Amino acid sequence: MSRSNFLLGLAKVVVLLLCAGFVLGPIIATVLGGFKSTGDLRTNPLGLPKVRETQFYLDLITDPAFWRYMGNSLVISLAAVGLTLIVAAAAAYVFAQIRFFGSRFLLSYLLLGLVFPFATAILPLFITVRDLGLLDTYWAVILPQAAFGLSLAILLFKTFFDQLPRELFEAAYVEGCGYIRFFWRFTLPLSTPILATVGVFVFVQSWNNFLLPLIVLNSREVFTWPLGMMQFRGEYLTEWNRTLAFISLTLVPAIVFFLAAQRYIVAGLTGGAVKG
Amino acid sequence: MTPPDKAATRRRPRTSGKLRAVALMLPPALILFSLFVIAPLLNAGYYSLFHWNGYGTPQDFVGLRNYERAFDHSIFWVSVRNTVVLLLVSIFIQMPIALALALAIYRKTPTNAVFRLIFFLPFILAEIAAGLIWSFVFDGNTGLVAEITQALGIPPVFILSNRDWAFYAICLVVVWKYFGFHMMIYIAALQAVPSELIEAARIEGAKRWAVIRHVLIPHIRPAIVVSGFFAVIGSLQLFDLVIPLTNGGPSNQTHTIVSYLYTFGLTRLNIGYGSAVGVILFVAAVIVAVLYQWQLNRERAK
Repeated sequence: MSRSNFLLGLAKVVVLLLCAGFVLGPIIATVLGGFKSTGDLRTNPLGLPKVRETQFYLDLITDPAFWRYMGNSLVISLAAVGLTLIVAAAAAYVFAQIRFFGSRFLLSYLLLGLVFPFATAILPLFITVRDLGLLDTYWAVILPQAAFGLSLAILLFKTFFDQLPRELFEAAYVEGCGYIRFFWRFTLPLSTPILATVGVFVFVQSWNNFLLPLIVLNSREVFTWPLGMMQFRGEYLTEWNRTLAFISLTLVPAIVFFLAAQRYIVAGLTGGAVKG
Repeated sequence: MTPPDKAATRRRPRTSGKLRAVALMLPPALILFSLFVIAPLLNAGYYSLFHWNGYGTPQDFVGLRNYERAFDHSIFWVSVRNTVVLLLVSIFIQMPIALALALAIYRKTPTNAVFRLIFFLPFILAEIAAGLIWSFVFDGNTGLVAEITQALGIPPVFILSNRDWAFYAICLVVVWKYFGFHMMIYIAALQAVPSELIEAARIEGAKRWAVIRHVLIPHIRPAIVVSGFFAVIGSLQLFDLVIPLTNGGPSNQTHTIVSYLYTFGLTRLNIGYGSAVGVILFVAAVIVAVLYQWQLNRERAK
C-alpha cells in the first residue's frame, strides 16, 4: 500500500515536472534566444548561448520606438481602467441603490455585452471610430475598450454594492449626505477589493489587446506594443534573435505585474466566472 | 411622531436627489455602451445587406447576397471547420488535462502553489507574444522542431506551412495558452468542496479514484460547465494567436471565423461582407449563450 502510494506520488511529480517543462520550455528558449547570434540560434536553438550577445537587448532598450510603444500601451490601458471603473461603478451604484421605473430594463440592456464576442461588430466599430474622427488617437482604443468592459464590470460592482449594509446609507442620509456624496465618500472606499479586481482585469485585457488597436491605429506614433512587436517582426524577418529579445522584454512587465497582482487576477478571472 | 409637513419636506429633497443621481450617474454608461457596443452591432446587421467599401453611405442594396456569398465560399467553411476542430480539442483534450492537473495540485501546499503559478503563466501572456514564441519554436530552421529534425538527421520540417498540420499546431498553442485558466477554475471549485465530505467517503472505505469520481467531480460540475462555456466562446473568437503563427495561411487553410472576417472583410474593405460574417458569428454566440443558460438552469435545478 505505502509502496504503491510512493510510486503514485513519484508518477505525479514526474508528470507535473513534464508539464512544467512544456509550459516553461518555449518561454526560456525565447529569453535565451535573445542572447544568441544568428548562427548560434541556427545550430543550437534551445541550449544556453555559446557567447552571450547582449547587443539585441541593448539595441531595443536604447530604441525610442520601443519605449514609445510601451508608453502608448500604458497610457491607453490606464485610461481604459479609469474610465471603466468610474463609469461602471456609477451606473452599478444607481442600480443597487435607487429603484426607478425602467431600472431593470436598463440593467439588462447594459449586461447584453456579456453575451457576444467583441469581434462580431468590429467592422462597424471601425466605421464609427473613423466617422468620429478618432482614428490614430488613443481614444480610438480607450473608448471601445471601456465600453466592452462595462457589462462585466457593472455586474460585478452591482453584486458587491448590493451586499454593502443599507443601514449605512440610512444613517448617512439622516446626516444630510446625498446620493452622489455617499457614492464618493462611502461606497467607493468600501469597495476597493472589487475595484482592484475589475481594474486588474481591464488592465490586462487592454494591455494585451491586439485586434482593436490593429483596426483603429495605423500610425506608428500611436502603436501599442503588440502592434509594434508585429511591425518589428516584419522588419527583421530573418533575425529571430531580435524579435525574441523584444518578446522577452515585454514578458518582464507581464510577469512582474502578474506576481504582484495575482490575487486579483485569479479572483477576477476565475472567481467571477465561478459565481457567474 | 413626525408632523406630516415635515415628512413631506424630507421626502422631496430625497426624490430630487434620486433624480439627480440617476440623471448624472447613469448616462455615461448608457452613452458609451450604446455608441461603441450596441450601435456597431445593429449597424453590422444593416451594413450586411449592402455591397459597401466603407466610404460614403451604403447604397448598393444586395439583400442577403453577402450571406449567400459567405455560405458559398469554401474558405469560409474551412474557417468554420477549424473553429469546430478547435472547440473539440478544447473540450476533449484541454479540459480533461486541466481537470487532471487541478486534481493533482488543488491542495494548498507550497509546491502545489509553485506548479499552479507555472501552469497559469501562459494565460497572462499576450496572445501576440505567445503566438510569436511558438512560431519560433515551430520554425523549421531555428526552433524546437529544427532541433528534433537535426537530431534525427531528416530535412527541416515547417509545420506551420503544412496545409494539413498547421492548424493542429495552432491547437497545441491554444492548449498551452489556456489550460491553466481552466485548471484555475477547477481548483477554485475543488477548494470549496467541504473536506468532511471527502473524509466521510474515505472512512467508508472509498478508494482515491472513487472519491474523485463520486464526490469531487459531481461537486464541481457547475465549474466544469462554466469552463466549457469559456472554451466554446474562446474558440469562436480566436484571432490574436493565428496572426503571428500562420496569418491564416498556407493558402487560407488555418483561418478561424474572426481571422476570416478580418482578412476578407477589413483588409479588402468589404465592409458589407465582413459585417455579414460578423452577424453569423453573433448568431453562433447567442445560440451558445442560450444553451449555456439552459444547462446552467438544469444544474441549479438538480
